[in-house]
Amino acid sequence: MACERNGRVVFSDISFRLEAGQSAELRGVNGAGKSSLLRVVAGLVPLAGGTLTLNGESEFATQCHYAGHLDGLKPAMTVLENLQFWEDCFDGGDVDAALAAFALRDLRDVAVQILSAGQRRRLALSRLLLSHRTLWLLDEPMTALDAASQEKLYGHMKTHLAQGGMILVATHGDLGFVPHQVIAL
Amino acid sequence: MTAFLAILVRDVKLGFRQGGGAGAAIAFILSVLVLLPLALGPDQNLLQRLAPGLMWLSLLLAVLLTADRLFQQDYEDGTLDGLVGIALPLELVCLAKALAHFFTVGLPLAIAAPLLGILVNINAALIPLLMAAMVLGALALSMLAAIGGAVTAGLRRGGLLVALLILPLYVPVLVFGQSVTATEQGRASSLLVLLALALIAVAVQPIASAAALRAYLR
Amino acid sequence: MQVLANPHRFFSIANRVMPLLWVLTAMTFLVALYFAFFNSPADYQQGETVRIMYVHVPSATLALGIYLLMALASVMAIVFRHPLADMAAKAAAPLGAAFCFLALVTGALWGKPMWGTWWVWDARLTSMFVLMLLYLGYMAVWKAFDDPSRAAVLARVVALVGVINVPIVKFSVDWWNTLHQPASIIKASGPAIHSTILWPLGLMFLAFALLFLSTHLLGLKNLVREQRLRAARMKAVHAK
Repeated sequence: MACERNGRVVFSDISFRLEAGQSAELRGVNGAGKSSLLRVVAGLVPLAGGTLTLNGESEFATQCHYAGHLDGLKPAMTVLENLQFWEDCFDGGDVDAALAAFALRDLRDVAVQILSAGQRRRLALSRLLLSHRTLWLLDEPMTALDAASQEKLYGHMKTHLAQGGMILVATHGDLGFVPHQVIAL
Repeated sequence: MTAFLAILVRDVKLGFRQGGGAGAAIAFILSVLVLLPLALGPDQNLLQRLAPGLMWLSLLLAVLLTADRLFQQDYEDGTLDGLVGIALPLELVCLAKALAHFFTVGLPLAIAAPLLGILVNINAALIPLLMAAMVLGALALSMLAAIGGAVTAGLRRGGLLVALLILPLYVPVLVFGQSVTATEQGRASSLLVLLALALIAVAVQPIASAAALRAYLR
Repeated sequence: MQVLANPHRFFSIANRVMPLLWVLTAMTFLVALYFAFFNSPADYQQGETVRIMYVHVPSATLALGIYLLMALASVMAIVFRHPLADMAAKAAAPLGAAFCFLALVTGALWGKPMWGTWWVWDARLTSMFVLMLLYLGYMAVWKAFDDPSRAAVLARVVALVGVINVPIVKFSVDWWNTLHQPASIIKASGPAIHSTILWPLGLMFLAFALLFLSTHLLGLKNLVREQRLRAARMKAVHAK
């Protein structure tokens, strides 16, 4: 695969293969193209060269869940309203379970604008459990999370893999469990 | 369909909560109405003659002021990234957002403005007619605003560019809108043309806005 | 068309055609101007001012034609992804705007002696005015974005929405005009155009079209150069 953004070649000649139930960690310095790679896979950036398929299909944006730096949460709405909105967009999912997954039940009626960075991150990540997508694309998901929340995240990631899901996660090398493979950029 | 309604309802809700909703739109038109007699002189006959045209211009101003934010927030906070990955086509996402704009800005103004026209001595017999015409015009205008808003979604200062893009597109709406109340003859046909213009805008907007937003996905 | 996708090819062809085009343009202008000034009659009503027509009518026609061309190039860019199509549209815009401006100014100059006023909100003038705004909007989009590939896509959207708008504007201002103004002064074009006027007008039109072609090719060459320069700079920065 190759990727170009704003006329600049971000990466070229990247190749990987992920089996069901496997995770891969993307490692690289700033600007190496970790985020770009995730966005390419999510269908948010056009592929400049090469091929990309999931189960043999090249159109699979609706089978991915991309969780980037921007969380897509509306500060003027409550935690519950935000989650319900995405539940409707994904057309299914269990809001209550998602709230429970990151210990957000007590915050359900709080407006997002007064959440702390860590709480916001937890809310953003809890959507992973709403969307029921095969491939999770996580861009430095541990940012702003405390140790307990990180453990929760790893737990959900492992459950997802155990259920046959796949995970691509970009980090600076501080992932709390051993991935099936490491892709260096 | 659930997703379409969810986007529509969320945007209307946000519009009202963030102070950009019907209340603000009506307050805006009130302040325009206060300025008019000051700018044009208090001559009642003159104001009566100008009243419908002034309403159409206030509608345009209110829409121009809100158009550049239509997609900008969703682009900046990452909501757009999420909405690309849902089953609902991006075209329908754009339609839902444009309709939400219509419900928060266009529709309240189209209903309130003719009534507030009393302040500029509007001919009372024309009020229902003007209201009907302005509802159609506002629908078309919200669609145009969504096209302009999508093109400038990633621009920090997109306001002026949006105005430049929308104004020429507004000309036909303005022409037929004001001719509804201007003369007896051709009143019904003007309304029908307005309806046609609104429908064309509804048909073109999703395609144009989605194409523009895709340019930001890179 | 695919031949031109290669910039080297494009330049070698463009460089061969350019001088020929310039010579042809200059010669046509010489002949056409001679006819327009010396070998065509003054109008029995309008006098010598009728000669403004020889600039006004070709400019107005070209202004509209160039917009259609721009829209067509945008369609080509979407359908065939030809790398030159976006640039062809981009290069056409300022020229179309210039012809549009020329049509508006000559219209005003013609209007003063004929109608007694520089500007009348008549149907044609109004739609030309709107066309001018469409050109300005299109050019503003190209200017507003740093990333040329993003600007290209957005410019296509603006050009195509605009081209849908052009006939609707024409239709609506015609309606508006018949509703508000008696058509007496404006439709004073008199009897069907006589052949002594038609010939010089046709020649002038040809000259204007050639002028557009040569300047458009020149603009296109500059845009291709600009793009290569940008790519080279990118490469240099990235190599560091």
